[in-house]
Amino acid sequence: MKASTDELKRIAKEIGCGVVASTTAAGSGHPSGSLSLKELLAVLLFRVMKHKPSDPTWDGRDRLVLSKGHAAPALYSALSVAGYIKRDELYRLRRADGRLQGHPDWDPGIMVEATTGALGNGFSIAVGMAIALKADGGGQRIFAILGDGEVQEGIVWEAAMLAAHRRLDNLIAIVDRNGLQLDGPVEEIVSVEPLSRKWEAFGWHVVEADGTSVESLLKAFRDVLRVKGRPKVIIAHTIKGNSSGIMRWNAQYHGKVLTRDQCIEYLRENGCDGWECR
Amino acid sequence: MGMQVVKEATRESYGKALVEAGKDKRVFVVDADLSTSTKTELFASAYPERFINVGVAEQNLFGVAAGLAYTGKIAFASTFAVFAPKAWDVLRIIAHDRLSVRVAVSHGGLSNGPDGWSHQSVEDVALFRALPNFRVVVPADSVETRAVVMRALEEPGPFYIRLSKYEVPQVLNPGYEFVPGKGAVIRDGSDVAVLATGVMVHRALEAAEAMKDISVAVVDMASVKPLDRGLVLALAERAGALVVAEEGSVIGGLGGAVAELLAGERPTPVEFVGINDRFGKSGRPDELYEIYGLTPRAVEDAVRRAVKRK
Repeated sequence: MKASTDELKRIAKEIGCGVVASTTAAGSGHPSGSLSLKELLAVLLFRVMKHKPSDPTWDGRDRLVLSKGHAAPALYSALSVAGYIKRDELYRLRRADGRLQGHPDWDPGIMVEATTGALGNGFSIAVGMAIALKADGGGQRIFAILGDGEVQEGIVWEAAMLAAHRRLDNLIAIVDRNGLQLDGPVEEIVSVEPLSRKWEAFGWHVVEADGTSVESLLKAFRDVLRVKGRPKVIIAHTIKGNSSGIMRWNAQYHGKVLTRDQCIEYLRENGCDGWECR
Repeated sequence: MGMQVVKEATRESYGKALVEAGKDKRVFVVDADLSTSTKTELFASAYPERFINVGVAEQNLFGVAAGLAYTGKIAFASTFAVFAPKAWDVLRIIAHDRLSVRVAVSHGGLSNGPDGWSHQSVEDVALFRALPNFRVVVPADSVETRAVVMRALEEPGPFYIRLSKYEVPQVLNPGYEFVPGKGAVIRDGSDVAVLATGVMVHRALEAAEAMKDISVAVVDMASVKPLDRGLVLALAERAGALVVAEEGSVIGGLGGAVAELLAGERPTPVEFVGINDRFGKSGRPDELYEIYGLTPRAVEDAVRRAVKRK
């Protein structure tokens, strides 16, 4: 899919609409850490990645692993906009009568490539996928999305070390540097800085981007996809809860959703036509 | 002047079987800097392009194995039994998604004697039994180890295969085929049946041969999970008393599985030979087996206790 820059912005907005509508309907979830991903997912699914909504298990597809699994609402919403998931299903998020789990469950039929949620594991799994796909020689790439709090997990660095050692240039990580983790600002809980230099020291090619800007993300992907012989990481500087006045940079909203009234307000402010608050 | 008995540790049998299994190009082997101990080095030499050493990083060991399995490979991931639970978080995903990862661990039980308790595993079988979807297998000898590895090529989903550093004689016939959920009666007997796994199978056989006054059946229950329910119930009915013998904690392992089944279906006296809720320590394996009560003599004592309870 090759959406224009303007279309990508509209798609990012739609992803945000789905995040808020689905989490408010569920009554729980992680909307703010999902909203910080909406531009990234738009750019990945509608410009960068090779995939076929008509054939979710197409062998030639690039793989997307949402290692920060709590942002599942963003993934589901993006997959819905891309045509993998019916919008109705988003309203059954986290419900016993729906299939969309609170954190992603492996589901090849809707292109959820791995089970994630317990942090760090998805990235290690992505490294295993990169090894397998490189061995097969089909040219597929693996995109793994991590949270900035998530990189406090030890397994992330075990996996980063191996990826560089094996020169997995088919692996692209994106760190959603939204600055907040569950208990507060990442830099106050346990600092992850200097983040770029950490990845560089582990042998990765690092590019920083404004993760709220599709233009900046597109440029970052153009840069990293040219690099051979090393795994690549984009540090995407974002804002947790972006596009919501209430949730924006508010750690209290890590695991808290908007009320129905607040949801209505969000949909109105963001021009979410066709979405509703249940 | 007796016949020379060829002994082999199941880790060695595993390494050899992997080379045979490697003809299947789906097979990848992952190790965490223990390949000379787990014997995956044999596969590494034969198929270097499908061998991944992740270094000293057990979480990543199983994460990478999961990634391989999501991509259609059959991943054998090896370390010491005691280190696998370090990656529990990832192992739960492997279990949940029924990934074709074979957690094939060496140095089970006390077989890593002198290294001490930090390198010995007593609780691992109980832990893996509690993970939904995992098949938990403790092979008794070289024939069974090979059979398990070969079977694991045909059966999707996760396996826990617990191997040992301790050299054991062959107890199964060369044509033996392993089937998950099936036990193998190795010696017939009518008074008591001993259900055993791993190194305890040949010790149970030794004990059974030595007891002239009691007719003892010996069953290899390599498949701890799924348990051969039909066989356990039939043996309970026929013998009226059972002994479980395993080189691991008496809590939650094969003994736990048998007790859970019998409590629900056919209450029967059971005696347990195993490690009595404590850790190992340094020592030669044979010394430790004496200290921890994992000997033919311990099996015999348990058989006699079981008979009295009938």
